[in-house]
Amino acid sequence: MLYDGGKIITGVVIFLILITFPFWANLGKAAYKYPELEKAAQAKECVEATEWMRGNHMQLLDQWRDNVVRGATRVYVSQSGRQFDMSLSNTCLDCHASKANFCDRCHNSAAVAPYCWDCHITEPKGKS
Amino acid sequence: MGADRRKFLKLAGLGVLGLGAARPAQAGIFPYPNFPKFPWERERAKTNDSALTAKRWAMVVDTTKRPGRDAWAEAIAACNKIHNVPQVGNVKEEVKWIWTEPFANALPDHEQAYLPEGVESREFPVLCNHCDNPPCVRVCPTKATFKRASDGIVLMDFHRCIGCRFCMAACPYGSRSFNWGDPRRYLDMDHINREYPTRAKGVVEKCNFCAERLARGQLPACVEACQDGALIFGDLEDPSSEVRKILKTRYTIRRKPSLGTGPGVYYII
Repeated sequence: MLYDGGKIITGVVIFLILITFPFWANLGKAAYKYPELEKAAQAKECVEATEWMRGNHMQLLDQWRDNVVRGATRVYVSQSGRQFDMSLSNTCLDCHASKANFCDRCHNSAAVAPYCWDCHITEPKGKS
Repeated sequence: MGADRRKFLKLAGLGVLGLGAARPAQAGIFPYPNFPKFPWERERAKTNDSALTAKRWAMVVDTTKRPGRDAWAEAIAACNKIHNVPQVGNVKEEVKWIWTEPFANALPDHEQAYLPEGVESREFPVLCNHCDNPPCVRVCPTKATFKRASDGIVLMDFHRCIGCRFCMAACPYGSRSFNWGDPRRYLDMDHINREYPTRAKGVVEKCNFCAERLARGQLPACVEACQDGALIFGDLEDPSSEVRKILKTRYTIRRKPSLGTGPGVYYII
């Protein structure tokens, strides 16, 4: 015998409806589209594979930061053996020159606001 | 109603198990089986070939070479320029990496009733001493400041600094400054060194012995600015280094040695 079965089952049903709210509330809406990003000007290939960078650039940058700031190893050897100076302003922005047309588009779309640029310089080559 | 408690609990348990099973399935989502999840592990980072390295960086300041007024201005300006040090212009909020003090403030342990005339009027450049036993590192609650094991430089990780200013209270040399406001307000943003970041509001900053320049094989900015050799930089643990050669031939003093911090900046008086 399930005591108060009616109440429990009703509660479970309400709980399930609430927890699946994001799924049924978005039913029929267009799928999320990656924002168009400005292609890098010179380089053909990023530090690592593009697909991989899309998902993991934050961990890579985090590791770069720790290596540069806390360690003394500032050169990154990529999967393909190329070497890069671990620097957000002086390496990443060499190719992805416009923060607004590259970083911000995804970050705005994903509603994340990394505070890199409170300190790091967005136009390392001077104002264009 | 056909459901009894036993059946309900069984079903609920199965449901929870099902949720648990969904997690391991996610592990297969990473689409690059041949790509190591963490390709940046230690062996993927290396030091620049041209980097200057040492076991213990230290500096000797030859104050006899620059007795005049504003004698160290160019060295200070070089540092401020390269590190984007804001000139706040308000003593209570100023940010200093290297600056000058009169003898009594710079070397209070060595105060005498009667000092030679030259010494009394001389300016003494002071900066972070990059101590052997840095009190700022000991008090930092987030390990934002630390002594780099490889070469003894006391560094700041601005990303970690929470601005509690314990380090400022602990440092007996006043080498640390707090950013009370956004330092970019006091910088000419069109003429900053664009290769070096600025700082943000709410972090403490100080001299870093130009760790970023050493990594590229350059001497610290202030040392480079003093072409007459008034600042000498080298490895304290290398008996043939410039610093050790000077220490062998000249009598030097350090700031507040009685505190046991083991400062790494030596002064020739």
